[in-house]
Amino acid sequence: MSTITAEPRLASGAPTRALRAGWWSRFLGNAGVLVLSVVLVVWTIVPIYNMVLISLEPEGDVFSDHLWPKVPSVESFWGVLTQGHWYLEHFWRQFANSLYLGGMVTLLTLLFGSLTSFSIGRMRIRHGWLVSNAALLTYVIPASFLAIPFYRIMQNYGLANNLWSVISALVAFATPYAIFVFQEYGRSIPIEVDESARIDGASPFQIYRWIYLPLMAPALVAVGTYALLLAWNEFLYQFLLLSTKSSMTVPVALAQFLNSDQSPWNYMMATAIVYALPPVAIYYAFRRRMTAGLTMGGVKG
Amino acid sequence: MNGVSVAHVGRPALRWHTLSRSLRGGLKGGEYIWAVAFVVPYLAVFLAFVVYPVVYGLWLGSDPRLYRELFSDPIYQNTVVNTVLYLALGVNVKMFLALLLSGFFMRPGWWMKVLLLIFVLPWAVPQISAFVSIHWMLNSEWGFLNNLLYHVFHIEGPSWLNERWTALGAVIASHIWKWTPFWTLILLAGRMAIPLEIRDTARVDGATGVRGFVHITFPLLANLYLISTLLSTIFLLGDFNAVYFVSGGGPADSTHVLATLGIRDAFDLAQPRLGVAAVMSALPLVIPLVIVLMRKLRTTEVQL
Repeated sequence: MSTITAEPRLASGAPTRALRAGWWSRFLGNAGVLVLSVVLVVWTIVPIYNMVLISLEPEGDVFSDHLWPKVPSVESFWGVLTQGHWYLEHFWRQFANSLYLGGMVTLLTLLFGSLTSFSIGRMRIRHGWLVSNAALLTYVIPASFLAIPFYRIMQNYGLANNLWSVISALVAFATPYAIFVFQEYGRSIPIEVDESARIDGASPFQIYRWIYLPLMAPALVAVGTYALLLAWNEFLYQFLLLSTKSSMTVPVALAQFLNSDQSPWNYMMATAIVYALPPVAIYYAFRRRMTAGLTMGGVKG
Repeated sequence: MNGVSVAHVGRPALRWHTLSRSLRGGLKGGEYIWAVAFVVPYLAVFLAFVVYPVVYGLWLGSDPRLYRELFSDPIYQNTVVNTVLYLALGVNVKMFLALLLSGFFMRPGWWMKVLLLIFVLPWAVPQISAFVSIHWMLNSEWGFLNNLLYHVFHIEGPSWLNERWTALGAVIASHIWKWTPFWTLILLAGRMAIPLEIRDTARVDGATGVRGFVHITFPLLANLYLISTLLSTIFLLGDFNAVYFVSGGGPADSTHVLATLGIRDAFDLAQPRLGVAAVMSALPLVIPLVIVLMRKLRTTEVQL
């Protein structure tokens, strides 16, 4: 309605004034965008800048009050990579543990998730919907609430200080989401594809391996990155279940620095940065696929 | 293996045959075995690592005396207040910012694309790295924030983590910092899914700016916004890392939330039953949330 009353005025009134008003509002708009952009960038960057700043300080300079390193040094990164500080004695072992954890969680989540959703969604096993609904109930209770009983159960199983205790917990938490996404995505693949393969004499396993998995590739990539990053971000279960220096992962080792305020903060930040590099690279490499996976997972409105 | 024996027993008697057939859902013998074998690995994981801990946890926290002890503990009372504040502010401020920013990022231009790439960085950085950095950044003597305040504005900043309300504020702000990008991307995807014709028609009819948002965009986004808010509430309720790394529950255990208090009771005080009771006391909040969420998700699927 407002445009109808506004338009004649624009057309008949002084064109220069209208032009100037348009320029003025565009200028204000751009200035607003600029201010908001600056605020957003500062807000986003400050904690990350702090991490980089501290990691570039030479050891004695951490407890000082400048805003950028006077003499930037990569001493602390070198210390991390060569395990040159007693906090970091087992860094590579711990990094390998983190990698193993992430890799296994990803692999098993994809395997169990795709097998289950193939059986429920493609083979239409009777009462399959019960399994997928029960799986989603996993998310009713937050994982951190289950940590205490889980810890005691793992003690009873004799799996304390064993990476497999954490792997099994994380697979149990990641697979329901995987089943959900695979089911949603699988609906876009016509069932006739499976049926014609079956008529040609393919066994269910062959259909799963040679037809289902290749067609599901985008969903597999989305869920795979999700599971990997879940394992990489997880802390509580690793902290509770892994306590020896050789069994622990990088997050647990990082938390040990917090035991004292006099810790070598530059080494700690360097470790944090080294640990952050793989997921950041993965995020930027798979950015599009990941948001596609998130919207696939029914978070669409 | 079980499937084989069922198939053999089932063959002679007709009744058995139809019964097992109805159980299999029309799959032939061999295929049924495959289908079962495909589900069994996950079912085993589910029973051993989800059902068993839940049942065990319920058993651990089943003694009513635990709750009497818990409710009379002043630290627990503070924790409940903290959890409510953390949920109310953390979820709503974050979601509201995400809603506004998702509109902002709809603007055209290369600058917006670059800005979005920078903006998602907190989501990409692992929680542990980010929260550890924030913890040190807020150190009153050597932290970056107070150095900045001193050098730029010549103010002596407060000792953020040594006072309950600033420490809790720092935790909430850290949560908002870390998770706003994620929800912005979700809502951005939701906005992108609104058909172009609707947006154009609305614009021609004069529904631009705030009016377009109130009458066109928000009604279309409302369901997604609600689902995101509920999901984010459940995620936040179980959040351990932000509190543990940024404030550590301190000073003097005044900034715990239920998740960290449970772990503290169970491991620092060696009272696992009390810890379980602490987290279980959140169930009256969790269960209605999940019921609403499940209903919402179902109606959304129908609408699609």
